[in-house]
Amino acid sequence: MDVEILSRLQFALTIMFHYLFPPLSIGLGLQLFLCEWRYFRTRDPAWEAAARFWTRVFAVNFAMGVATGIVMEFEFGTNWAAYSRFVGDVFGSALAAEGIFAFFLESGFLAVLVFGWDRVGVKMHLFSTLMVFLGSVFSAVWIVVANSWQQTPAGYHIVWHDVQGEMMPRAEVTDFWQMVLNPSSVDRLTHTLIGAFVLGSFFVASVCSFYLLRQRHLEVARRCLSIALPSALLFTLLAALTGHDSAQKLVETQPAKLAAMEAHFHTTDEPTGLYLFGWPDAKNEKVHLGVQLPYLLSAMVYNDPMKPVPGMDQIPADERPPVWLPFQMFHLMVGIGTMMIVVAAFGCWSWYRGLLERRRWLLWVIVVMPVAAMTANQAGWITAEVGRQPWIVYPSVQAGVPMMGLRTADGLSESVTAEQVLSSIILFGVIYSLLFAVWVFVLHHKIQHGPESPEELTRYKLLRSGEHNNESISEVISHQGTSRGGGLMEDDER
Amino acid sequence: MSYEALTFIWFVLLGVLLCGYAILDGFDLGVGMLHPFIAKDDRERRLVMNSIGPLWDGNEVWLVTFGGALFAAFPVAYATVFSSFYTAFFLLLTCLIGRAVSLEFRSKVQSARWRSVWDAGFFLSSLTAAALLGIAAGNIMAGMELGPKYKYEGSLLSQIYWYPLLVGALTVSLFALHGAIYLYLKTEDELQDRVRRAIPRLIYAFASLYVIVTLATWWHVPHATENIAANPILWIVPILNGLAVMNIPRAMHLGKPAYAFFTSSMVILAFASLFSVAIFPNFMLSTIDPAFSVTLDNARSSQQTLGTMLIIAAIGIPCVLSYTVTIYWIFRGKVKLDPHSY
Repeated sequence: MDVEILSRLQFALTIMFHYLFPPLSIGLGLQLFLCEWRYFRTRDPAWEAAARFWTRVFAVNFAMGVATGIVMEFEFGTNWAAYSRFVGDVFGSALAAEGIFAFFLESGFLAVLVFGWDRVGVKMHLFSTLMVFLGSVFSAVWIVVANSWQQTPAGYHIVWHDVQGEMMPRAEVTDFWQMVLNPSSVDRLTHTLIGAFVLGSFFVASVCSFYLLRQRHLEVARRCLSIALPSALLFTLLAALTGHDSAQKLVETQPAKLAAMEAHFHTTDEPTGLYLFGWPDAKNEKVHLGVQLPYLLSAMVYNDPMKPVPGMDQIPADERPPVWLPFQMFHLMVGIGTMMIVVAAFGCWSWYRGLLERRRWLLWVIVVMPVAAMTANQAGWITAEVGRQPWIVYPSVQAGVPMMGLRTADGLSESVTAEQVLSSIILFGVIYSLLFAVWVFVLHHKIQHGPESPEELTRYKLLRSGEHNNESISEVISHQGTSRGGGLMEDDER
Repeated sequence: MSYEALTFIWFVLLGVLLCGYAILDGFDLGVGMLHPFIAKDDRERRLVMNSIGPLWDGNEVWLVTFGGALFAAFPVAYATVFSSFYTAFFLLLTCLIGRAVSLEFRSKVQSARWRSVWDAGFFLSSLTAAALLGIAAGNIMAGMELGPKYKYEGSLLSQIYWYPLLVGALTVSLFALHGAIYLYLKTEDELQDRVRRAIPRLIYAFASLYVIVTLATWWHVPHATENIAANPILWIVPILNGLAVMNIPRAMHLGKPAYAFFTSSMVILAFASLFSVAIFPNFMLSTIDPAFSVTLDNARSSQQTLGTMLIIAAIGIPCVLSYTVTIYWIFRGKVKLDPHSY
């Protein structure tokens, strides 16, 4: 296999694995902050138990995000050296800004969040939670900005440099804010963040529904559901709205991607319909088994049901993205999104009517929702990234002057061989599989263990305030833990 | 500000980030290397791990930010260095992942076997990470087989020979010493006694390697001393380095471990400065033809980007320092185990 395919495979593997964790961290961060805010306002020990529990879950997930994120940063240099030289001036500054504005904030205050429960006051702890949450949001801001710039570049020009006798092009920033606020930054950022909030809401709702089904930790579960269900409904609706905005932009900035997402091969004078599902066949430019709703794509993209949408035939043959994958992933994302709106709305309604705990089937549906939300996030990401091929940096028009882009095939490291890439794929494949198993195992362990009961927490705090000997506290607490694992100490500390 | 001045400022700032990383992650890598030798039972192992528990993640961010800043300020250096060290960097990444999850997952399950697996992971990944960083530094010092248009023509095997391996060993011994002094500060009783007894041995190991590497550099990397010869004022760097090295046993002997820790931080700072002085004005010297080298001039980004980045740094660095200090203050004092520990 050649270096390009392998490098793309490696990037896809590492980024998709990485992308399991940050959205959950961002979404869970918000839920955690809301729980702690409620505790801060009410001083209700059940809210504190909830906050302490979600902190532990958060920490496990966060560590995975950090560990896999470092790989991403260095991969640009190791595998995509030519790309790095082309975009370093632009892309590098966003990455550096992420480091300095987001990572230090997150990692610093994470220490207080996780280890600081008994060292700092409630207010400082709440503040630290907010900082960790904001840090994870800032991180998303800079990464999505950097990615969006490659999709819809702005605020730059191309400069030719003499490299040992050969002229080589490079993108250089002319306007920093234009670069940051490029045409797709804001839409893509809001949609990505909201996708993360959906995942976080459903994750909390899922664990709590599981506790309701098992009749465990009821006080904590009911309180958390009162936050998680409404926010799931709010964010799924917002996700639909922001997704719609993004699609409207797409027709101007990346028509090829839109055509691929809809398997829209031939431009006609007729209004364009929207496929509900189908099996696109790019070779014969047909969609098998497709079911199409007429007028709908025109209406959605242009707010005008009669205006035709440009198809794939408007794009030069060597600049067309693959169709099958973006089409299926896009439809998967939209399908899951719609289903999530229905589940969240029905969940809220049942909660409002006081029927949720009797509708066991609904609780079970909510239990599996995080998988759906995770799938939708991944599918959205794949649509965006595969839909921009064969470009790693899109060509654009700046003040009427067409600017060159960079093809994915031209972004590779010259000195890296296929064997090196293949062995790194195998190495990371093995490591990531192990990590994934461990992550699931530890998460399962944490969820089975569950939060402390509010009474235990109160007793622990009384002991702590009266008695400063650590050993004896852990001794007392651990013996008072229930057989279900409700003790404040982890099982292993007994 | 002139383009030349901006370029030089960014070279210095990268040096600062690298020093920050080496000093901070230096001690937690060191703690990882000492972990199996110093701690005798599960409680002590947890104490050792939790001595860096709240801090290691933030320390590693210095490396991540260094990577980002190198990408932004000197994209050509970033691309060339990382693609040349392809395999070595993937091993380093493996180690960093291994450390993160060993710390995070070790105490989550009550099982001796589970814990010993993560203990081994923590030790091996800390040791290998330190050695790889040193090996990379040794290669960069000595120069590498860089062909036309930044294409690296060597291989992993050509990066592993006696000189980089010596520098790797020196780095390992320095971080182990630095980590031991840190552990001495954070522990008490029997555990602390054991750390205290290990420190002199680590000093001997480090000091002998220090002498060997200095001689080896003189012999193998003649260009390393060119900048010092041209600007005699720079002699201050190796002299301070030597003095700092000798001050560690003195401070320990005086019973001032915090001062000893400060001194070992200064040793790392001096090494990093010496490294920067030695390679300047190159990032990667080509052993094939000096004209193929990656230099400050041919690697930098545009003046606009360097300027914007300086503003970002001017806003960001005070924030970073303020909360770094706050976090270290919150977690000051001897390490204790509580329900939130690893």
